[in-house]
Amino acid sequence: MYFIPIFPEIFLFLWAILVFIIDFFLKEDKKRNLGYISLLGILITIILLFFSIQGEMFGKVYSSDSLSQFFKLVFLLSSFLAISVSIDFVAKFRAFKGEFFALILISTVGMMLLSSARELIFLYVSLELVTIPLFVLSAYLKSDAKSAEAGLKYMLLGAISSAILLYGISLIYGITGTTYLLGIKTNLMVDYLQIGPIGPGLFLSFIFFIAGFGFKLALVPFHMWAPDVYEGAPTPITAFLSVGSKAAGLVAFLRVFFGSFLIYNPDWVTIVVVLAALSMIIGNIIALLQTNIKRMLAYSSIAQVGYILVGLVALSERGVSSVAFYTLAYLFANIGAFVVAIAFELQTGSSEIKDYAGLSQSSPYLSLFMMIFLLSLVGIPPLAGFVGKYFLFASAIEKNLIWLVVIAVLTSVISLYYYMGVLREMYFRKKENAEKIFLPFGIKLALLICIIGVILVGLFPNPFLDFASQAALVFKY
Amino acid sequence: MNFPILSYMVFIPLLGMVVVLLLRKEQVHVIRFAAALFSFIPLILSFFLVANYDSSTSVMQFVEKFDWIPSLGVTYHLGADGLSVPMLFLTALLSFLSIIASFNINFRVKEYFAFFLLLEVGMMGVFAALDFFLFYIFWEIMLVPMYFLIGVWGGPRKEYAAIKFFLYTLFGSVFMLIGILALYFTSQPHTLNMMELIAQAPLLGRGFQLIVFVAFFLAFAIKVPIFPFHTWLPDAHVEAPTAVSVILAGILLKMGTYGLLRVSLPMFPQAAVYYALPLAILALINIVYGALVCMAQKDLKKLVAYSSVSHMGYCILGISALTVTGISGCVFQMFSHGLITGALFLLVGVLYDRAHTRDIDAFGGLWIKIPVYSGVMTLFCMGSLGLPGLSGFVSEFMVFIGAFPVFKVIVAFAVLGVVLTAAYFLRMIQKMFLGTFNTKWEAITEINSRELFTVIPLAILMIGVGVYPSPLVNIMRATLENIIHLVSG
Repeated sequence: MYFIPIFPEIFLFLWAILVFIIDFFLKEDKKRNLGYISLLGILITIILLFFSIQGEMFGKVYSSDSLSQFFKLVFLLSSFLAISVSIDFVAKFRAFKGEFFALILISTVGMMLLSSARELIFLYVSLELVTIPLFVLSAYLKSDAKSAEAGLKYMLLGAISSAILLYGISLIYGITGTTYLLGIKTNLMVDYLQIGPIGPGLFLSFIFFIAGFGFKLALVPFHMWAPDVYEGAPTPITAFLSVGSKAAGLVAFLRVFFGSFLIYNPDWVTIVVVLAALSMIIGNIIALLQTNIKRMLAYSSIAQVGYILVGLVALSERGVSSVAFYTLAYLFANIGAFVVAIAFELQTGSSEIKDYAGLSQSSPYLSLFMMIFLLSLVGIPPLAGFVGKYFLFASAIEKNLIWLVVIAVLTSVISLYYYMGVLREMYFRKKENAEKIFLPFGIKLALLICIIGVILVGLFPNPFLDFASQAALVFKY
Repeated sequence: MNFPILSYMVFIPLLGMVVVLLLRKEQVHVIRFAAALFSFIPLILSFFLVANYDSSTSVMQFVEKFDWIPSLGVTYHLGADGLSVPMLFLTALLSFLSIIASFNINFRVKEYFAFFLLLEVGMMGVFAALDFFLFYIFWEIMLVPMYFLIGVWGGPRKEYAAIKFFLYTLFGSVFMLIGILALYFTSQPHTLNMMELIAQAPLLGRGFQLIVFVAFFLAFAIKVPIFPFHTWLPDAHVEAPTAVSVILAGILLKMGTYGLLRVSLPMFPQAAVYYALPLAILALINIVYGALVCMAQKDLKKLVAYSSVSHMGYCILGISALTVTGISGCVFQMFSHGLITGALFLLVGVLYDRAHTRDIDAFGGLWIKIPVYSGVMTLFCMGSLGLPGLSGFVSEFMVFIGAFPVFKVIVAFAVLGVVLTAAYFLRMIQKMFLGTFNTKWEAITEINSRELFTVIPLAILMIGVGVYPSPLVNIMRATLENIIHLVSG
């Protein structure tokens, strides 16, 4: 029994609508069941994903292949985890509980479509489908000034970045006469052979594309929104933004730049290399100064994108598979760290790092998990983050990008300091009558998935590496 | 031999950690017993390892190898030779004794022993791993428990010392990671197998060797530590709890010299020859500078810590000579220093537990009150300053004999270190144990039997290999001759 390629997306979209509808008929105190319904929907979608054939649809506008399968799994996992931790978070809201889950699902559908987009208009619309629900979700805690600010800031900057991306798309259309990625590639190749070096229009459009996707990735210098939005948004949404939305930006970037612009790679790679280096340096250094765990993780995620791009700029099959693999490793560790932060925030109402003092004594297992997640983010073996970083750096060293790897490892050492700052509070400091953190079912489930992910991907990475190298086969280098 | 002895030695402590984590934290005695048991088994195994080791050959023995991550070329590959067998034995011994010595820890006992057992896993693994990826994993995995052991159970400046240690060593090891990747992509076919990389070493270009040598050297030099990378050591050693200082000085420092002998010399032979003189000069600085700093110390633990800087200098001098005698002296010194300094830290801890001060000037005439303690302490000080008949003398003598034909002037100055070492230890003995009794310490109690139990085996070994060094020398001879053969081509 095989389904058409787009079936998982259609199913998940209908399921989201179903969640909206069921929401009408549920009493306030039963609304948490919507969360479980959404989780069920995601699980079914994951199964459908494995039973759907790969191939093109709608006149080559949509095409599902091994790369999109890989990233769809990443999106579904991150939205599963985000919804799972939201269940008890949402219970605190006074209204609109049901929409919260449905909006996450719709954004996920957008991500899935994005990873299969083969045409720029389709890609653009999918990207908007990803972000618009996220604008709403960021501002969900309406009465909280920070959340409102987060939503507004995210929307305004998001709109600008979309406009810039659209401008880039129009330039490309003007130059190549097509919006199909494959057509763009062919036409650019012809241009390259006939005209030679890059013209100003094309160069400008590359910059616009980098800016548009860079915003989604929170790449320096397009990162300004991230710390405020991450801090203000409801924490489960922050977790979702920091992984799902980033992975979406990443897959769009791969599709466009590796699918169409590869012929002109010296021109855009230089820019990306510089931005990657800046992201690692600035993200890690500013993270040192943070006292709020959400802001700290925001800056750390800016730096993490820098690491991911180290593998990307290698422009090789090994590079792309390391990017895909690291995204998976990063998903477990980063969402895991957020889950701990959410559990802590749910009970104490605080996300200040200094309030974590003495947590290792009151909640030893939660602290141990946090330790493992943070060490994985630093890249300490034998956790997932280490294998991921090793793979990324390996692909860069293979292409002689030694200086970039030196920056990457040195900033990793810097990152140790702020990640350890959290552990220092939890393990070294004491607090009188520190309370035990209660873990509701949804949070326990998410923690369990993340911890298993971090350790399993670290100790037995082989199946995941194979999956990632499958994904990297879709491009010709 | 089909029994995977090395895997058991590496992973039994890990099993112990899991067991300790599963116990309730109120069951303090059970936790202590479990920790001691799970560190005792590797010690027993290490006796078998030494007994079954065939010292007539330099070939890797007890080899275990199977694929782990084929897509990255990583294998699970363990083995032992004449270089690693003494280190594995030393690790097993010191870990067990340190755990016994830690029985007086009453604060967060469960976590303490869990971290300690994880530390042992990392140390064993480093000395047994023959795949670079695996080697790096064990090398790094140690940092985490060490960070917590210093940071939770350490002295007044523990937080600073812990993060400084972590940052320094991570800084060094990330360069090693780059070096590993560079080696991987240069080798044909790509491999992470250390033995294959050694076999391919002659094919590496000279320029490549000179650069990658430095990348590895940073990691190893910070661990040893070689001047000017030594500044983490006094902080970490002094702030760490007693048993952790023992492990730091006894095992961790040796990983640096082990790395130089296992990786730097055989894999970058041309670079090793090229950098021999700078290395010898750094060794001289370590020896003399470390000893001079010791002269100025008022804190007993700091004195022992800086004496490690000085003593590791002899190891480096032995390596830089690139002669069989020189590096035999180095490995002998690694072993001997592990015994002696380990014991010295244990004894400093014994005194500190009673007096709650480590100020040398605060004591005086202790020999009258606690003769056994004073006697044992003096014995190990004699070992450390190189009294003939004890192990320290043999190793320093071998280093000097090995290095003298190569670096005459440097060795001439390095011998000065021996005089300075004698000076600061004798000064310390005089101030603490001799002279008039300081009546403030009327109530001080003699070393108890548990504490004595932790240092007696070390004393026996120190005297044993000091009087009759040939068994130890024989174990490592074939391997070290092979290393020198690889370097000189």
